Amino acid sequence: MKAHNLTHLKQLEAESIHIMREVVAECEKPVMMYSVGKDSAVMAHLAQKAFAPGKLPFPLLHVDTTFKFGEMIEFRDWFAKHIGAELIVHTNEKALEQIGPYDEWSCSLCADLLKTQALVEVLQEHGFDAAFGGARRDEEKSRAKERIFSFRDRFMQWDPKNQRPELWNVYNTRHAEGESFRVFPISNWTELDIWNYIHEEKVPLPSLYFAKERPVIRRDGMLIFAGELNQPREGEKVEMVTCRFRTLGCQRCTGAVESDADNILKIVEETMVARNSEREHRAVDKDREGSMEEKKREGYF
Amino acid sequence: MTHTTPENIISLHEQDEHKDLLRLVTAGSVDDGKSTLIGRLLFESKGIYEDQLEAVRSASGQKGSTQGDLDLALVTDGLKAEREQGITIDVAYRYFSTPRRKFIIADSPGHEQYTRNMVTGASTANLAIILIDASQGVLTQSRRHAFLASLLGIPHAVITINKMDLVDYSEKIYDQIVADFREFSAKLDIQDLTFIPISALTGDNVVERGENMPWYEGTTLLNHLETVHIASDRNLIDLRLPIQYVSRPHSGFRGYMGTLASGIIRAGDEVMTLPSGKRSTVTQVIGSDGPCEEGFPPQPVTVTLADEIDISRGDMLVHVHNTPQVDRNFEAMVVWMAEEPMDTRRQYTIKHTSRLSPGQISKIRYRIDVNTLHRLDATALELNEIGRCTVEVARPLAFDPYRENRTTGAFIIIDRVTHNTVGAGMILDRKPGERELDAHHRVTETRARHLQLDRSLVSLEERNARSGQRPVTVWLTGLMGSGKSTIGCALERRLFDEGRLVTLYDGENTRLGLNKDLDFTADDRAENARRAAEVAKLFNEAGIISVSTLLSPSDEDRGIACSIIGEDRFLLIYLSAPVEVCKERAPHRIYEKAEDGEIKVFPGVNAPYDVPGSPDLVLPTHEISVAESVDRIMELLEGRGVFKA
Repeated sequence: MKAHNLTHLKQLEAESIHIMREVVAECEKPVMMYSVGKDSAVMAHLAQKAFAPGKLPFPLLHVDTTFKFGEMIEFRDWFAKHIGAELIVHTNEKALEQIGPYDEWSCSLCADLLKTQALVEVLQEHGFDAAFGGARRDEEKSRAKERIFSFRDRFMQWDPKNQRPELWNVYNTRHAEGESFRVFPISNWTELDIWNYIHEEKVPLPSLYFAKERPVIRRDGMLIFAGELNQPREGEKVEMVTCRFRTLGCQRCTGAVESDADNILKIVEETMVARNSEREHRAVDKDREGSMEEKKREGYF
Repeated sequence: MTHTTPENIISLHEQDEHKDLLRLVTAGSVDDGKSTLIGRLLFESKGIYEDQLEAVRSASGQKGSTQGDLDLALVTDGLKAEREQGITIDVAYRYFSTPRRKFIIADSPGHEQYTRNMVTGASTANLAIILIDASQGVLTQSRRHAFLASLLGIPHAVITINKMDLVDYSEKIYDQIVADFREFSAKLDIQDLTFIPISALTGDNVVERGENMPWYEGTTLLNHLETVHIASDRNLIDLRLPIQYVSRPHSGFRGYMGTLASGIIRAGDEVMTLPSGKRSTVTQVIGSDGPCEEGFPPQPVTVTLADEIDISRGDMLVHVHNTPQVDRNFEAMVVWMAEEPMDTRRQYTIKHTSRLSPGQISKIRYRIDVNTLHRLDATALELNEIGRCTVEVARPLAFDPYRENRTTGAFIIIDRVTHNTVGAGMILDRKPGERELDAHHRVTETRARHLQLDRSLVSLEERNARSGQRPVTVWLTGLMGSGKSTIGCALERRLFDEGRLVTLYDGENTRLGLNKDLDFTADDRAENARRAAEVAKLFNEAGIISVSTLLSPSDEDRGIACSIIGEDRFLLIYLSAPVEVCKERAPHRIYEKAEDGEIKVFPGVNAPYDVPGSPDLVLPTHEISVAESVDRIMELLEGRGVFKA
């Protein structure tokens, strides 16, 4: 007799697909946040499975700070075309004009204006009532308590003290005009699950995730990619280091890790013995304790 | 824990890909050491990253503990507000993994005011960890947690008796707690119950056995979690496929998408769509990796059918010979989750699988005191209260009892104005109105048994001849404080003194023995009255006069009593003292307690008392003395020929 057992990855996949179908069936105008990172890649891959043989019944949305890695942008455009999805790219041009060039920006200012505000703008402009995000609960403490269907008021604020109860796999998508949801279909996946799934399903990724000799600058305990945007300051020098990125973001706040993991199995291996969480290399979380929670309340993903 | 080296990485990776998944809920309060236990499981299974540990270390220092002394509880305290208050107030999800399994922990707060959060965490769990503080024993909250685990249909429960270090690792104390818990849990419905003595603080029996409890022969907590058999919890028999979404990417394809709640679906299967009842044959099953032979739970599938029948979101595909109930009414246990109480007159939206339907909670049969499991009468459910309700929906639903199917037996209740999720329900294996039917069944059954009694070799006439009386039941009814017991006792004394065979059936006393399983809900009061009537009938049949002093507030209950005892033997005496007088006479300030709401259901104050329409006698006990009352009853008995054999 057949065992009829699902591995944990297949169970996580099943849950994610169920969530996506619920959103598409019940919400008026969903959109999928696409950050070009590995979590987005897995989420988009799951969406393809959820609606096959049809195409994605919603567009992908990329909020571009313009400070991303060039390769991310190339990959993004290729990927959307590859899966035949509509792609919306949004940048807070007004803020860019006001503040000025790259050097005038700090990480927190960027997160506030070019990410959070830009996102709120574009969601309101299009009237999306549900936005899929690739956040996982194991990433950060405040995320551990966020619902899969995270309700946002008219001002897109999240109220951690007043979340809707979420029982079984019965999701409540009801909302008034102007209110919306952030939906996190891969909430229950861990970093290791993501990598194992990428390996198993051969999910395409930007090469930034894989180790290679890259020019970097050591700054504030991080390895910052040296290039057009990040020039060495006084006392700093550019080194060639074999490294890779565990998460992808803006060039300023995304640090590389020294690693020779140039394929997925090696990355899985590295992740299994990893002593540090992936967000460690994100300057944006480090500002102060509880920083992510505050950002999320304001509408950050 | 296994240490990972590059040499075994490939095999580890392969192992990882073949792990299964166990979802568990932990219930406990701040003081049970729940956070410490989870912190330890994560810590020992390397589920905490170094930088997160660093943050915990610095927070441990902040909280005033010794620098460097790791407060494992802080690992799990998520939101800032909670960290400030030092308590966990919402469900937090944690993840860890061993070479055998991936675990998702729904870490739930344990206090009564967070019952809804525990219910939320428990809804998806296969296993519950219930923490008991060894130095405290089985507390009210341990019982509440076990009840909720049972209510939510969690098949496996592990009772971890924590803080064994505080009781010198005493086997005797452990055994006592196990015995206490077992006595209580016999009333519950948990299939698999395991007890493990641990110390989350020192780590004994959590991951490693430790040396402190050599008398304990079982396995460690982590080992149990890794090996508990969960595969057979799934239902592969009853095909239930709620349709989530109909996919029509092009004119040649129409696929019905959904997640299998239970059962297996294969191409060629003859299926029926509910509630319409139309039939067709499955032509193709498409899984997440493309077309496949079969789909099984909890897989998401897309199926195509041979016929173009009308199927839309909210419908359910089932096998033609294995169908669920289809009805607009059902009975359910409901957990209320909103500040605003449930309103039986209001319309709500009921979401059951993928079907949304307007509905109403038309009746609350009783509420359960989550601490004592007693059934209480209720007119509304408040936040965190749990009760048995009758639910009516506008359109028929296809459902199974929750005990049999945790997907097709569950629903949520949504407020139509605020759109909040205000309640959660679990459908019962009973039909609405079954209890009322029951009462009638019992009456008929009694009549059936009566035939057998007639076969007795001693006839009623012979008994009456010996006792010199024609026995009846004197049924005294009236408000609390109207004088039922006083007059009942005096009447019994008078009859006895006159040489009659008589017995007194007191409503209060029998609740200590015969009826100690009953509560004060309307249903249980009815049962109380039914039993009183049965007992009175037995005495009458033995030739003895029976005096009953039950409050018996409803016409219906008295009617049932009358039909059991027999109209010719049933004498209804109404003690008509008004409520103001009764209030002064009643003991223990009981009326004040009812008025303050301390007693929720009290006839004459906040529950109805039906004044009998045609009693055999009315005694205005606020105007006449006890002796006078007894005299009048004696006259009635005389007039009815009770004393003529």
